[in-house]
Amino acid sequence: MTVAVYIFVMAAVTYIIRMVPFTFFRKKIKSRFVRSFLKYIPYAVLSAMTIPAIFTSTGNVVTSAVGTVVAVVLAFFDLPLIVVALAASLASFLTGLLI
Amino acid sequence: MKSNFLRGMRDGIPIALGYLSVSFGFGILAVQSGLSVFQASAISASNLTSAGQIAGVGVIAAGGTLLEMILVQLVINIRYSLMALSLSQKLDKRFTTPHRLLASYGITDEIFAVCSAQKGVIVPAYMYGMILIAMIGWVLGTFLGASAGEILPEAVSSAMGIVLYGMFLAIIIPPSRRKKSVLFVTLIAALLSIVFKYVLTMISGGFAVIICAIAAAGLGALLFPVTDEEEEAGE
Repeated sequence: MTVAVYIFVMAAVTYIIRMVPFTFFRKKIKSRFVRSFLKYIPYAVLSAMTIPAIFTSTGNVVTSAVGTVVAVVLAFFDLPLIVVALAASLASFLTGLLI
Repeated sequence: MKSNFLRGMRDGIPIALGYLSVSFGFGILAVQSGLSVFQASAISASNLTSAGQIAGVGVIAAGGTLLEMILVQLVINIRYSLMALSLSQKLDKRFTTPHRLLASYGITDEIFAVCSAQKGVIVPAYMYGMILIAMIGWVLGTFLGASAGEILPEAVSSAMGIVLYGMFLAIIIPPSRRKKSVLFVTLIAALLSIVFKYVLTMISGGFAVIICAIAAAGLGALLFPVTDEEEEAGE
C-alpha cells in the first residue's frame, strides 16, 4: 500500500470528523454520559500517547526522563505549551551532552 | 471583510509561532519514521492536527491496515466534533454551507480556543485569516523539521523528538492538577498504555491508544459525569 493512500485516508477521516458537526448539526448533545465521555477523550488520548512513549522519544532513556521531568514540573506551574515543549527538548539535549 | 481577515491573522500569530516549533518536531519524527520531506509536509497540510498525525505516522511506519488508520483517526480526533458542534452555535449568518465546508478544515484545539473566546458571532473572514496563518506555521515547521532532520546533528534532532510529547504534557497536567476527574482519566489511560506496551504486546500501538482512551474516558464519564457549570466554564 502506498503512503499516499494512507495520507488520503487520514486526511479524509479527520476532515469528515470536523465537517459533519460544523456543517449539519445545530442542537446540543443531551446525554450527560456522552458529553462527559467527549470531554475526557482528549486527556485520555494524549495521556495514552505520551506514556510510556515519551521515555524513549529521544532514543535514550536517561535524556528522555530528564526532559520528561522538566516538562512535568513546568506544566505543573502552568507555563505556556511552547515553553514546556522547548524546555523539555533543551533539557534532553543538555543531558545528552553530559552523559 | 478585509479587516476581519487581518484581525483573524493577527489573533492567529501566537498560534502560528507555537505550531512552527511543534511541527518542527513532527517533521523530524516523520522522517525518522521513514517518510519523505514531501510526504511529511503533505500530511501536515491536509490534516492540520498534532496527535492524529503522530499516531497516523505510527500506523504508516508499522504498515498497519487502513481500518486501523480510520479507527485511530476517528478516536484521536473525535474531540474536534465536539469543538465543531460548539463553534457551529456561534457562527454569523454569513457562514453559509460552502463557508462551513471550507472552514471545517481549520478547527484545531488552539483555533477553537481562540474563536470560542471571541465576543459575539464569528464571521468567515476572521476564521479564514486565523486558519491561514496557523496553517502556514504548521506546514512550514514540518517542512523545516523534515528537511533539517537530515542535516542537523544527531544530538539536536533526537532531542527534538520530545517536543510534541512535552506539549501534550503541558495540555494534560494543568487540568489534572485542578480536577480529580481529569487526573483520574489521565492516570488510568497512562497505566493502561504501559500495560499494552509491555504486557499485551500483540495489540498494535494504534489500537492500544484507542482501547486505553475509550476505557479511561468511559470510566471517567461513569464516575465523574460533568455538571452544567463545568461545561459553561469550558473546563
